[in-house]
Amino acid sequence: MQQHMVTLLEKPATFHGGLHLPAEKAQSLTGPLKSAAIPERLYVPLSQNIGEAAEPVVKTGERVLRGQLIARSLGYISAPVHAPTSGVVSDIGDYPVPHPSGLSATCIVIDSDGEDRVADSGLKMENVYLSDPADIRQRVRDAGIVGLGGAGFPTAVKLNPGPDHVVDLLVINGAECEPYISCDEALMCCRPNDIIEGIRIMRHALHAKQVVIGIEDNMPNAIDCLQKELDRLDEKDIRIVPVPTRYPAGGEKQLIYALTGEEVPSQGLPIDIGVVCHNVGTAAAIARAIHHGEPLISRVITVTGAGISEPCNLEVRIGTPIASLVEQCGGYTDEAARLLLGGPMMGFALRTDTIPVIKTSNCILAASSKELPDPPPASPCIRCAQCTDVCPVNLLPQQLYWYAFARDMEKIQDYNLFDCIECGCCAQVCPSHIPLVQYYRFAKTEIWDMEREREKSDLARRRHEARLARLEREKKALEERRARARKSLDKKPKAGDADAKKADIAAALARVKAKKTENADAVPRNTDNLTTEQRAKIDTVEQRRNGKTDGA
Amino acid sequence: MEFPTRSSPYLPVANDLSRLMRKVMLALVPGALALFWFFGWGIVFNLLIATSTALLAEAAVLRLRGKPVRPALLDGSAALTGLLLGLALPPLAPWWIPVVGVLFAIVIAKQLYGGLGYNPFNPAMIGFVVLIISFPLQMTLWSPPTGIGHEGPGFKDTLQLVFAGRPPEGETLDTITMATPLDESKTQSGLDLTWDEILSDPRFGNYGGYGWEWVNLAFLLGGLWLWKQRAIQWHIPAGMLGGLFVISLMFYFADADGYGSPLFHLFSGATMLGAFFIATDPVSAATTPRGRLYYGAGIGILVYVIRTWGGYPDGIAFGVLLMNMAAPTLDYYTKPRVFGQREEQDD
Repeated sequence: MQQHMVTLLEKPATFHGGLHLPAEKAQSLTGPLKSAAIPERLYVPLSQNIGEAAEPVVKTGERVLRGQLIARSLGYISAPVHAPTSGVVSDIGDYPVPHPSGLSATCIVIDSDGEDRVADSGLKMENVYLSDPADIRQRVRDAGIVGLGGAGFPTAVKLNPGPDHVVDLLVINGAECEPYISCDEALMCCRPNDIIEGIRIMRHALHAKQVVIGIEDNMPNAIDCLQKELDRLDEKDIRIVPVPTRYPAGGEKQLIYALTGEEVPSQGLPIDIGVVCHNVGTAAAIARAIHHGEPLISRVITVTGAGISEPCNLEVRIGTPIASLVEQCGGYTDEAARLLLGGPMMGFALRTDTIPVIKTSNCILAASSKELPDPPPASPCIRCAQCTDVCPVNLLPQQLYWYAFARDMEKIQDYNLFDCIECGCCAQVCPSHIPLVQYYRFAKTEIWDMEREREKSDLARRRHEARLARLEREKKALEERRARARKSLDKKPKAGDADAKKADIAAALARVKAKKTENADAVPRNTDNLTTEQRAKIDTVEQRRNGKTDGA
Repeated sequence: MEFPTRSSPYLPVANDLSRLMRKVMLALVPGALALFWFFGWGIVFNLLIATSTALLAEAAVLRLRGKPVRPALLDGSAALTGLLLGLALPPLAPWWIPVVGVLFAIVIAKQLYGGLGYNPFNPAMIGFVVLIISFPLQMTLWSPPTGIGHEGPGFKDTLQLVFAGRPPEGETLDTITMATPLDESKTQSGLDLTWDEILSDPRFGNYGGYGWEWVNLAFLLGGLWLWKQRAIQWHIPAGMLGGLFVISLMFYFADADGYGSPLFHLFSGATMLGAFFIATDPVSAATTPRGRLYYGAGIGILVYVIRTWGGYPDGIAFGVLLMNMAAPTLDYYTKPRVFGQREEQDD
């Protein structure tokens, strides 16, 4: 439970490290926010968020309407999936999905019928501000809303602070610090009403005492648009605070620190200090669901880079293949040499453009080899500690690298590997061009692997031990039985009255003989152990049968 | 369309090893010029011999080790080791002094430990220490800073002296060399002279010894530029100069007759060269911010101790090497507080 209330600072605090990076946002912010055309075929992955994948509730060949539930959530940390448009489910199977591994995963494939007919979602709510927060949470959950800032954590979970926590501050993240990405800025400029409405709903659901929108100070337009909307609504309790433009100011913990001067505990959550943080896009999605009954079937995405003919921001149906969006932006230029999903600091490179946009996709970056060149070959680390200077988490990146390189997985955890947010600042300044973040990812997966292995071997060991214990128990039981048998034998009269013994033996022999004759056919028959009624029935049948034979 | 994949981040990198090394070399220029101005052509010969030996030795060992030679030579680290050692050597030393020192630095102290990034000790200072222990006589061959007594040897005389070991006509080694102020002060204070008496000698200039104070100022200038360029961080120089200043101030206050002033120590010998260019060698130094401060302070204190009570005129090389040994421990105990972690758990 938090001890004191978090308060907003008058002047934003400066977090350690970070980098000034070129913004590269202007080229994608030239026109209004357009809606992308719906492609003929959409690939909707079942897993688009942190947590459990959804489970299909439709079958191949089934007709679906826009917004219809096609896969239900499994478990608390999970989100349902809805049909992005109307059409026919043509397949449920493995297709390439947005993942750094380049592997495939289960998708529901929908062939659009071009009509885009809508289903009634039942999400729409009247009198939102009089309703029970639990009801709002349920609808947000049913709408399949996950954090749209990138991580994709199911939003309903983050709208439930639990009975032990008071939400002092709701932080709305509009910082969007990564170069090239401008989808949040476009949304703030073009849909301020949705954002503010969504914030109000969240404030109600969380009983948040204060609300602040944190925006990097290089987005004056966005700040202006949101402020105008606040003024229009005469909303005085939502504040906009410009934060200094420095990557990664949009990191949840960095933004909260900049606004409040408080650090979210290592390995902890913002709610541990009474703060909840949501992205502006998530706020807008909540407003669309609660006020308009629209589940999360589309999002705004930036399509940009020197490899794109007409960079822009598009509102896109989930499941639209990237190739289709590139086409709508005038196609690739001759310079296109690299394709990223996400920004140049934390995104990942794609091999092909056939993969679909999912709920967490914020940017498609087709870059020239000049924009994102191949790095020079790596040299040895000279421990210059420039990485230490820029680490926003105050880690010692070169020590982490050293232990990852040496595969010392114990030591690397002593150096707090799991506090690393993989922002890429260290690798960006490394004079030796070492792909540091890759080493940290490798170490993390290695440790997760080790833990799984350990769990497995723990289980095997427990099983083995249980088996040994059981064998031991059985052995003991047997011995006890034997001991008891010996004891009872001992109690029986011993030699002395040999006649009695002889009589016993004779009796036993007689019993055996009798049994043998009786059980000549030892197999039990199904006519044994019957009730009297059954017996009677059988007897009558027997009689009839006998009668028949007699008559014949 | 097929695209190549690799891991994030993807933006072009501005930083580069060879650029870093070039900056350091550039920052050495004012100090090197000052040395040349006061001590003559011997400085140039030392730099040329040391740098070319360093490059040749590096290339030869890399070849033997079956490693690519070109990229390693181009990163400039070997040349920098040569330059730093060359700047620390007396100008009238015979040619084989820089050769032996640099060979030891590059072959033994750097490459045998695994090359760039793997050497636990500062290679240039290892080379220096080998020389000062093995060839103490040759390591005192400093010419007087031009302007006192008589003119120093010219280009031809120096050439002859360095490569053929022949002093100019009518001169002996003793008449053309002069003990450095640090050396002199050690001898003199051994003779129970007070510091006032020692300093009355004109060769002591205003603060750190005539000529030497300018050399130190020039290295300070280059060092500050390097810090402005973010090629080095402030912790090590500040720690070292601070440590040296505080300990010399303490003894100076206690007994101004028996000990040199803080200004004498800060602007004499290789103080500034050591603080900004030698102690800041990142490979062998401590790497955490706090660790670097302690590391620097340790060097500053050791330099004072060696200068005052030790058997050698200057203590930069020994101070740096001794603290190199302490670097891993310093790093271990000075890990910075990670974001979101509590300083010390009280329970």
